[in-house]
Amino acid sequence: MNKNLGWKAVLIAGTLLVFLFGIFGIPKGFSGQALSDAVQDRINLGLDLKGGTHLILQVQVNDAVKVESENAIQRLKESLRTHKINYTEISQPDAANRPEQILIKGVPPETSGDLRSIVSERLPEYDLSSGTENSWTVTMKAQSLSELKNRSVEQAIETIRNRIDSLGVTEPTIQEHGLGQYQILVQLPGVDDPARVKQIMQSTAMLEIRQSLGGPYPSEQAALQDHGGVLPPDSELLPGTARAGGGEGGESWYIVSRAAAVTGRDLRSAQPSSDENGAPAVGFNLTGEGGRKFFAFTSAHVKDSLAVVLDNKVQSVATIDEPIHDSGIIRGRFTEQEVKDQSMILRSGALPAGIKYLEERTVGPSLGAESIRAGVHAAIIGMAAVLIFMLVYYRGAGINADVALILNLIILLGFLGFSKATLTLPGIAGVILTVGMGVDSNVLIFERIREELRNGKTPPSAVEQGFSHAWVTIVDTHVTTIVSAFILFIFGTGPVKGFAVTLTFGLLANLFTAVFVSRVIFDYILSRKQRGEALSI
Amino acid sequence: MEFFREPNFDFLGKKWYFLAFSLVFSVAGLLSIFFWHGIPLGVDFRGGTLVYVKFSHPPDDNAIRAAMDRANLRNAKIQRYGTNNEVLIDLDVRETTEQALDQGKAQIINALETNIPTGKEDLNNAPVLSVANYLLEKDPLRAGTDARQRYTGVAQAIVDYRDKTKGGVLNSFDELKGAVDPAVVSSLQEGFFLSDFGVRNVEIVGPQVGEQLRKQAVLATVYSLAGMLVYLAFRFEWIYGVAAVVTVFHDTLITVGAFSLTNKEISLTVIAAILTLIGYSNNDTIVVFDRIRENLKLMRRESLSVIVNKSINQTLSRTILTAGLTFLTVLALYLFGGEVLHNFSFALVVGILIGTYSSIAIAAPILVAYQDWRLNRGKRPQVMVSGKDAAARREKLKAKA
Repeated sequence: MNKNLGWKAVLIAGTLLVFLFGIFGIPKGFSGQALSDAVQDRINLGLDLKGGTHLILQVQVNDAVKVESENAIQRLKESLRTHKINYTEISQPDAANRPEQILIKGVPPETSGDLRSIVSERLPEYDLSSGTENSWTVTMKAQSLSELKNRSVEQAIETIRNRIDSLGVTEPTIQEHGLGQYQILVQLPGVDDPARVKQIMQSTAMLEIRQSLGGPYPSEQAALQDHGGVLPPDSELLPGTARAGGGEGGESWYIVSRAAAVTGRDLRSAQPSSDENGAPAVGFNLTGEGGRKFFAFTSAHVKDSLAVVLDNKVQSVATIDEPIHDSGIIRGRFTEQEVKDQSMILRSGALPAGIKYLEERTVGPSLGAESIRAGVHAAIIGMAAVLIFMLVYYRGAGINADVALILNLIILLGFLGFSKATLTLPGIAGVILTVGMGVDSNVLIFERIREELRNGKTPPSAVEQGFSHAWVTIVDTHVTTIVSAFILFIFGTGPVKGFAVTLTFGLLANLFTAVFVSRVIFDYILSRKQRGEALSI
Repeated sequence: MEFFREPNFDFLGKKWYFLAFSLVFSVAGLLSIFFWHGIPLGVDFRGGTLVYVKFSHPPDDNAIRAAMDRANLRNAKIQRYGTNNEVLIDLDVRETTEQALDQGKAQIINALETNIPTGKEDLNNAPVLSVANYLLEKDPLRAGTDARQRYTGVAQAIVDYRDKTKGGVLNSFDELKGAVDPAVVSSLQEGFFLSDFGVRNVEIVGPQVGEQLRKQAVLATVYSLAGMLVYLAFRFEWIYGVAAVVTVFHDTLITVGAFSLTNKEISLTVIAAILTLIGYSNNDTIVVFDRIRENLKLMRRESLSVIVNKSINQTLSRTILTAGLTFLTVLALYLFGGEVLHNFSFALVVGILIGTYSSIAIAAPILVAYQDWRLNRGKRPQVMVSGKDAAARREKLKAKA
């Protein structure tokens, strides 16, 4: 019996040491400051405690699908041309809601076999189905569609991570959020003014150089009037940024070609540069392939204008004086900071789809610091009240409960240190609640032991009975609470998740401390007592 | 020390009083939910913009109101918050579109910035970056090659001093002299001014997220209840599960009712508190049920109501003690835990009182009432047996079939 107790004591001491290490690591010193630094180093504080910005973004995955379908339409048109199949129209019937659909109209019935083989060969990720009056619908396969959408989210996460990393934000969290709604969670500790970061993240950085066919015009109507109400073929109207010229601060509109000479994909690098007047500008270099395309385009359009279009806004317009090979600058009355940001964004690559902000929370560091103080304050007061009460009410056995409770707290905090789980303000509340609920197991056991003693059992058998009867109840209560904590963990975000984590860890630790540790202490006390001596409970 | 030595109260005899008590509170809550305050939803669930502003002096509500009206934010709600000169400005979801999510915030801050000296920036609401850039340009320390790094450090120190030491608002530039070089302070004075407020916290939730979170909160609660029902049906008998779920539903209803009656907002953390209560109340119920199951085996000749009453009495001491101790910790949280946790701990304070009451007054009587109902319909009282016996009986039935 005694030997057994010895081993158990070693196990408990070992656990204590391991979890103390979890909380403090190996502290540099034992002064209050050194210990508090050590704790802050080990335990990950949530944004609500250390301050920072929390954002939820929606990736507009339909953008990516639309682009994919536009590419497919291009491929389809080419193939139909080379196979000499006639059609009257190829279009996206509902580009906004069903961008995965392409409609082909007016295909002669005798060529439908050829159309079938073209689609299955050239567009393997699409299905073909026939409609009324020689029309066909080409729809992206469900699996390809969901793969494309998921890939867009992954790419967006990657691009956003590149951009945030180069901004020097420490320890950002960037991950998919929610259950399949194409959302991204971004947490930026220490960022108290998210405006600039948000703008940088949101920029799709879709760079295109197109031919400029007219502008700037003060309004859309003015542009149309200039061309007799109809735009030139294969062109569109795009707004210019406020700085692109036109009226000071007013609107400006340009007519530009639909097709782009080169796009961001042809970009090799981008860096801050300056124009011939020394004003800040973004310089860029093209890849070999991109350079060849650009040279061909500029050679054919000497004395025409080209427009630099970024995210569907005309940034600048310039006249082509001579053919250009592989480098150029984007002018636009930028500040130096903007030039730096813009080149970084271009280097980090384009977002595959637009993003939209759904949620933004900023916790100022002053509030976080106050919350920590209040939370710790409440925890200490609550804990002290419980410890004192247990001592008064159960006397000797109260020591048992208090030791178990303190150990419970150490294990819980140690868990947090090891797992790098995040401690949030509701998480601190979870710690306090664990103290309250952890003591329940002790109360259950002690009350049962008292009852058994009243029924005339000897102390050893009362302890034995008390523990075995209470054990069943303790398991049932813990399992149900962990079930609700688990559900909270799945459905909750940020702070609430932190609460679920501490509650679960606390309850698991409690199974060990309130049942095992407390039992060992009882056994130790009993082993030192004479037969028939009363138990202090 | 002992509060209860072998108590023997007739709990079941008072079931009509309990029923009346529960009905009064449930109905009051329901009336408030349907006809008075509704369920006051926090910004998490309804969407909208919340800006927490701390002033350097006791804020003047009328002046803030007037500033909001000037900025055309007529729907803005202005509330005092906490104890130290804080105000919470609340815009509803109509002013929080996803196209311009943070527009409302900018409008609020602009509206509060009155008497701006021309060309100066507000140091109380300036981020580290703009302070650093300003200092880099002015270069008051004549820094060398590492200027950017050095001024970023100085800017961080200034902002930290403002936020962590002074609680978010500086009253005068002189206060900074303890924290940074006087040359920096005088340089700052040329380009910055101090407004009488600082923004401490911003929460902006777009309509889509609000709806999503509402759905998630309801789902989480429903799954939590379902999980409990299944576990109890598995460990005991299904009627125990039903009784526990009815009890927990009663607790949730009264707690949400209390939020409606006091017009406190239900946020995400409050939902976490309510789910904790579901766990806690269920804890209490299971302790009593466990005892009933045990006594059913020991006292085969007694009627169910005697057994249930005895079980409640036997566990009473534990119930009261645990409730008292948990209540103590939650009360500490409510009183000292700070403003952010206020509604969270309010839910726990109410819920622990109700959850403790309900396991005695609701859950156990349901078992007895169900049995009486079965007896009245002339069926065998077969439900109130332990899980083991139930399993054996199922085996027997299977064998017969």
